[in-house]
This record gives sequence, C-alpha cells and structure tokens, in this order.
Amino acid sequence: MNKRSLVSTLRWSCAGLTVFLSGCNLEVLSPKGDVGMQEKSLILIATGLMLLVVIPVIAMTLIFAWRYRASNTKATYAPKWSHSTAIEAVVWTIPCIIIAILATLTWRSTHALDPYKPLDSQVKPITIEAVAMDWKWLFIYPDYGIASVNEIAFPTNVPVHFEVTSDSVMNAFFIPQLGSQIYAMAGMDTKLNLIANEPGTYAGLSSNYSGEGFSDMHFTAIATSQQGFTEWVNKAKASQANLDNQAFHALTQPSEKVPVSYYTNVTPGLFNSVIQQYMSDMSMKPVGTPSPSPAQASASLSGSIPSHNDHAKASE
Amino acid sequence: MFGKLTLSAIPYNEPIIMGTLLMVCLGGAALLGWVTYQRKWGYLWTEWFTTVDHKRIGIMYVIMALVMLLRGFADALMMRAQQAIAASDAAGYLPPHHYDQIFSAHGVIMIFFVAMPFVVGLMNLVVPLQIGARDVAYPFLNSLSFWLTTSGVVLVMVSMFVGDFAATGWLAYPPLSELKFSPTVGVDYYIWALQLSGLGTTLSGINFVVTILRMRAPGMTLMRMPVFTWTALVTNILIVAAFPVLTVALALLAADRYLDMHFFTNELGGNAMLYINLIWIWGHPEVYILILPCFGVFSEIVSTFSGKPLFGYKSMVYATAGIGVLSFVVWLHHFFTMGSGADVNAFFGISTMIISIPTGVKLFNWLFTMYRGRIRFTVPMLWTVGFMVTFTIGGMTGVLMAVPGADFVLHNSLFLIAHFHNVIIGGVIFGCMAAINYWFPKAFGFKLEERFGRYSFWCWLVGFYLAFMPLYVLGLMGMTRRMNHYANPDWQPYLVVAAIGAGVIALGIGFTVLQIVVSVRNRAENRDLTGDPWGGRTLEWSTSSPAPFYNFAVVPQIEELDQFQVDKEHKRAYKRQAHYADIHMPRNTGVGLFMAAFGTVLGFAMVWHIWWLAIAGLVGMIASFISRAYDTNVDYYVSGVEVEKIERARLVPLEKLIDHVDPASAGQKVA
Repeated sequence: MNKRSLVSTLRWSCAGLTVFLSGCNLEVLSPKGDVGMQEKSLILIATGLMLLVVIPVIAMTLIFAWRYRASNTKATYAPKWSHSTAIEAVVWTIPCIIIAILATLTWRSTHALDPYKPLDSQVKPITIEAVAMDWKWLFIYPDYGIASVNEIAFPTNVPVHFEVTSDSVMNAFFIPQLGSQIYAMAGMDTKLNLIANEPGTYAGLSSNYSGEGFSDMHFTAIATSQQGFTEWVNKAKASQANLDNQAFHALTQPSEKVPVSYYTNVTPGLFNSVIQQYMSDMSMKPVGTPSPSPAQASASLSGSIPSHNDHAKASE
Repeated sequence: MFGKLTLSAIPYNEPIIMGTLLMVCLGGAALLGWVTYQRKWGYLWTEWFTTVDHKRIGIMYVIMALVMLLRGFADALMMRAQQAIAASDAAGYLPPHHYDQIFSAHGVIMIFFVAMPFVVGLMNLVVPLQIGARDVAYPFLNSLSFWLTTSGVVLVMVSMFVGDFAATGWLAYPPLSELKFSPTVGVDYYIWALQLSGLGTTLSGINFVVTILRMRAPGMTLMRMPVFTWTALVTNILIVAAFPVLTVALALLAADRYLDMHFFTNELGGNAMLYINLIWIWGHPEVYILILPCFGVFSEIVSTFSGKPLFGYKSMVYATAGIGVLSFVVWLHHFFTMGSGADVNAFFGISTMIISIPTGVKLFNWLFTMYRGRIRFTVPMLWTVGFMVTFTIGGMTGVLMAVPGADFVLHNSLFLIAHFHNVIIGGVIFGCMAAINYWFPKAFGFKLEERFGRYSFWCWLVGFYLAFMPLYVLGLMGMTRRMNHYANPDWQPYLVVAAIGAGVIALGIGFTVLQIVVSVRNRAENRDLTGDPWGGRTLEWSTSSPAPFYNFAVVPQIEELDQFQVDKEHKRAYKRQAHYADIHMPRNTGVGLFMAAFGTVLGFAMVWHIWWLAIAGLVGMIASFISRAYDTNVDYYVSGVEVEKIERARLVPLEKLIDHVDPASAGQKVA
C-alpha cells in the first residue's frame, strides 16, 4: 500500500468512526443530572488514566512482535537474557502508581456518589417509593397520596429521594441518563438519590433479570418544570382508582406490558407493609389480603398464599 | 412410580428442540453404529473409558470441552439472532420462556462444561509431564473426577429434551430460582448437574495440589517448576478453597426447594443476599481458576517461540500467587449496586484494582520475553499475540467497572457482557486454542496443520471484535443484559453487527474442526519424531510424542529451571540408558465410570422426585466405591526389558538425526 492510499484510508476510516459514533445516542455518556454527570466524568478520567498504560502495552506488543520476528535477522537476539532488575522495578512501579491514583479517586468518588447520601441542595427533596412487581414498577408518592404504574414525574433541579423494594423477585431500578442504579429486593429497603437538571423524558428500566416479563419492565421518567409536575400530580389525583389493599393485590398478580396508570388515595404506609409482609412476623401474610373476619379466616388464608399458583399459571 | 416425570415433560410442541433432538439422535446413532461396525467398543472400553492415564483423561476432557463448545455456541448464535431481529418490540423467533433457558444454559455450559474441562484437561495432560511424574497422585480419583464432570454434562443435555433447564441466568439468583418463582424442574437440573461436576472438580483440585507438591522429579524445587505448573498449583489451591463454597450454596438452595427450608426465600427470614455473596465467593476465584492456567500456557508459548527463557520468572510466580490470594477479597464487586455502603464498596473496588498490578506485570513480562527474541509465528504464537492485545482491553474495562461510581451505570449492561467475554474469550478461549495447537503433538504424535489453524485464529479474532465491540457501545446506550426484545430501534444495527461477528466466530470454530480433520488425515506428513517439535524448554518435550504410558523411562534429575533446554545445549538430551528399572504403574479401572453413572441416575431421579431411583443411585455409588476400596489388584510393574524395547525404538533412529542438527533447536529442524 503506498503512502497516499494509506492517508486516504485513514481519512475515510476517521470519517467513518465519526459518523458511527455521532449516529448513536450514548445515554450513559450524555447524562441529564448531576449524579450522572459525575459518573460520566469518573468513567472518562479512569479510562484516560488506564489508557496511559494500555496504549503503550498494545503498541509494544505489536512493535516487538514485528521487530523480533524470526525472519528479521538484523534484530538483536539475546537467547539467554531473562532478567533485568531495572525493567522489573519499572514494570511493578508503573501499575502501582496508576492504581494508587485510581484507588484514591475510587475512595473519594465512592463516598461522594454513595446512592444513600442525600444530595447537596437548597431544595427539599421529593420522595418516591418504588416497588418492583412481576413485571411492572409501582411508584408511590407518600407526600401526595398518589401512585402510578410505569411512569414517574418529578420537577427538575429538585433532588429525588427513592426508596426501593420488591414485592417478589430481585430487580434493579435504573434511569441510565440520571445516573446510579440500585437493587430492588423483597423485604428490604434500598435508597437512591438522583436529580434531573434538564427537563426531558428519560427511559427507565429494570436492569436485573427477573423472569419472563423482564424485557418489558420499563418505565418513563419525566423531568419537568414545577408547574408541569403539579399538573402531573393533579392528573393522578383525578384518577378514579384508589390504591387500597384490593387494588394492590390485583397489581401483585404477574402481568406484562402494563400500560401507565394512576392511583389516588394510596393507603398510608403501603410501602412499609410491602416490606413488612416478609419481615414483621412469621405468618407470611401478603399485602393486599383483606384482614379476615373470623368466619372467613380459613377461606382467605387459602387465598392469601396463592402467589405460587399464580406464578405457575402465568408461566404456563 | 416416576415422581413428577410424565410423557408431557418432553417438549413435543417446540420445533427447535425437537429438531435438535432428531439431529442428536441421528448423529448419536451414526456414531454408535460406526463404533460398532469398526468393532471399537473393546478398544474404547479398555484404552479410554477405564483409563487412569492422566494424558488420556486430559484428552477426554478436551474432547468434552470441544463438543460442549459446539452446544454452548449454538446457544450463542440463537441469542444473537433473536436480539438482531427483536427490535421495536418485535417478538423475534424465541419466546421468553425458551430464550431465558438458552442464555442460562449458555452461561452454565460455557463456564462449567467448556472452560473448566478445557483447563482441567490441559492440566491433566501437561502437569505430570512437566514435573517428571509418571501419573497424578491419585489416578483412580482422577478418572472419577472426569466421569463426574461427564455426569453434569449428561444432565444438562438431558434437560433440553426431558423437562426444561433453569430460566434464571447462569448463577440462579434466588428468590427467582426458588420453587415459588421457578416451579419447574429447570433449576433442579441446574443444581444436580453442578453438584456432580463440582464434586469432580473439587476432587481434581485435591489431586493436583498433592501431585504438584509431592510428585516432582528429584531436584525440582518449587522455584524450578515450569510456570504452567505454578499456575496449575495456584489454580488447584483456588479450586480446593472455592468449590466447597459453591457446593454449600447449591445445597442450601436445594434444601429450600426440596425440604421447604427458607435460606434464601423472601419469607420466614430467608435472605437472597446470602446466596449472592456465597455464589460470588466461589464465582470470583472461579474466573481466576480459568484464567491462571491460560496465563501459564501463554508463558510457555511466548518463551518457546521467542527462543528465550521467560523474562522475570520470579515476578511471574509471585504475581500468580498474589492473584490467587487477592481473588478471594474482591467478590463484592459483582454487586456494588446492592447498597452496601461507601466504605464496603470502596474496599472491594480498590482490592479489585490491585489485582490488575500483578496482571499488568505479567503482560510486561511476556513483552520483555519477546524483546530481543527470535519469534516464530506459529499458530500458538498468533493466539498469544492476539491474547495480549485483546486481554489488555478487557482488563481495562474490568478495572473501569471496579470503580463503584462507574459500575453504578455500567452494572448488568451489555458493557459488562462485552467486558467478561473480552477476558474469557480473549484470555481463556485464546489460551486453550493456543494450548491445543502447542501440546497436540505431545498428545498424539503429530502436529496440527498450520493453514487452517491460522484461518481459525483470524476468524476468532475478527469475529470477537465484531461481536463484542458493539456490545460495549450498547452498554453505554443503556441496553441491559438478558433482554428478549427491546423497544429502542437505535440498538438494532449494533446487534446486527454483533450477530455477524458471531457468524465469523462460527467460521473460526469450523476451521478448527477442519484443521483437526485434515491433520488427522495428513498425520504421516506431520509426525513428530523427536518429541520436541517446537524447540521446547520444559520436561514434557524430553519424552517421546505421544508420550509413552509411563511418561519417563528414567525419572529425570533436575538442576535448573528449563532443564530440558540446558540438557539439549550440553548434548545430554536423548541419551539411552544402559539399564532400565521396572516401572510401577496404576491399573485401569471402570469404577469411576460406574460411580458417575450411578451419580447421573441419582441426579436425574432427584430432579424428578423419583425417590426409589435416587436411593438406588446413591447406594450404587457407595457400593461401587466400597468394592473399589477392597480391590487390591490396583497396580502392576512394567518390566525394565519392555521399557528398554520401547525406548530403543525411539532413541536409536533419533540419535542419527540429532548428530546432524543444532541441539538447541533439534526438534523444530528435524520435524
């Protein structure tokens, strides 16, 4: 290949790469909130630091492989040479230095980005309780008495404090463009603090495989103005559906591709009782079971442990 | 009578599965018919199935790995095809019920029944030869280990046609893997397949630790052991330490499913986090169990084909041991997003990065072994250079995900999938392919054909980059793993490229098969008469190819690292002895196979709750073992006269050849 065609090849491949990368929307690298911003710069800094070693290693591999090929008899051949204290010192020291820097960065960033840590902000955070269910997300706004399925909204520049749990198997709550994810686990309460600094509609999903309906277990996160948020809350409040025990029990049944829906008059303490259903006593009483009157006790007891059968049915 | 097993357990209405079943039946019948027609059953039974020879057991492990690679890779092709077409919420051709089993089976098969048999097979083939031993410490146990692994393979394969396999992901996280959410037998197949093969692996680990520590040739101190043997030692220590944890975790899960216990359930105080910790306390050392022997392979190859001793042998040994120790304190990096708190996450993140220091040193040492060498670009060396470039990239993305703040957005995404395939294909598979090409002549007495070997390498390399670089991008685009279908149409082009990449890798696998077929056909042209086809430096090359069943007619005396190289330089190699002593050898036995067969019955019966059959299987296993314990006819002596006859047949013609060539590289020129 002559020089000219090499240059033109290079030019074309550069152009190709640019088109290739600009054509895609790298959500994780185009964050819309402060947490995501910090994580993006962390990724870039850490990658840059490592490239300081990685690029020379790859280059040396190719150069050494080429230069010391058997057919190149002009290259020095040292058939006994196998030790050099100086080189050994260097090859241990360089990775140690890089890792020392990276470790410092890690210690600091891990504490700064701890998902449980409240965000620095003058504004009072808004709390959203997220419940992973088979296979949809239920979001409860305890301060507003409303709830929604597969959609959340919150105002921009207001910290959002998520409390996350699961009603059944493990999932993970994740809005890629806002930053961190956190597991949703039954009987447990995990916390996540995020903020959106730009208005927009962002994709949210479960990022931990949870069974048949997993692929459709996504939701929409709407970051909007304070006014837009108020309108959204009013829309939910206008909903005809109340989120009482019965409605909740209906939601616990496995279902897929569940459309967005809104609830009002959420039973206070519902989120806690979702957690406590597994923790409080040894009676395994799922939430949403109407408290039995003595006469119905035996009947509703058999109705209270049916999820096993429900799942079996759903998977048929 | 038959527990949960009924005829409806066979998935008649799944055309893909039934088609596969038909192919397997036809292929199996053809194979069995051919063996019968050739009257080879007696030969297979006496020479292979009942063998306790570490070399033959090693070969059988590698054959198993290659066969299972085809199965695991078929799963991969199906997944790539599904994701390439299931865009904009199109359903694709695999319903979730089937797709979920496929990705679970792909992971389980590739780790437990491809990568593990590969590395255990290589250690079997090479370690006793490298340390100048005549076999492993416990030859019968070795046979049992192999056949127990086969039991696991049989159960996984049977699950495809009778019942179903786990649809839980390859680590079967509870509570999804609990009876409540996975009521079918899939998870039970998973549990018993892994318990049986895991038992085999643990026994193998014990066997090799004892072999390496107790059976080295006189004079071979620890610091004169070849690097591959060092990596094997550390690997087997890891196996002995880590596999019991897997056994316990799976036993507790089995107790949940069979005995209504609540270790990991949501209810009654169970806690899935316990399982996730246990499985990764095994799982992270496991990835080093796979990669360390491959590091050993690359060390041997790079030194042999650069015509130089390995640079920084001591550094290599300390780095290997360091990685072994550190591999036990990093497991939590698999779930930073569980909410462990910043101190815990930072600790495990930093400990993970520290592993990259000894790993980086290894890379530099391979580099400086090539430096001022005379590198012959044979097929094993191509795989090695391909590994050094590819693995470096995989290592970098791994360290990136060890930063908890970065992992918070990359966890469980396709970025993660790209990362671990980058290190497992780029490290383990490349290492195993290099090793097959490198040690094949030692196993069979002739070299593998080069041309198709090169084609295979280039297909794998190009296919790997095509298949997994788009996955890195998709991870950054927010695509998570294990999706059956997806709404975002922007992802599709990348998944199409990835599917094409998988197709290119399939070509690479095809070329490997072709390479083996052609090499067997043309074996007369590629015979290795010296036993040293590459100009090797370590003891395995000092004996004939294929190695005689007793390995070494005379146990070598070791005074140096790379003893064989020194012997060649001083013209001490290939010397005939005046007198050969009798050699003490273990006798073949079929007990290992019988125990594993009963074990398979036990596992199958447990899966389907056929209790009487399970008891029969267990009693059969124990009875076989007791019968073996009372068997006193377990060894014999090969007479010195016979040894002399075998050695003469090899060495007399060899002496004439050696006189004419430079001893340092005798083998390569003669061959």
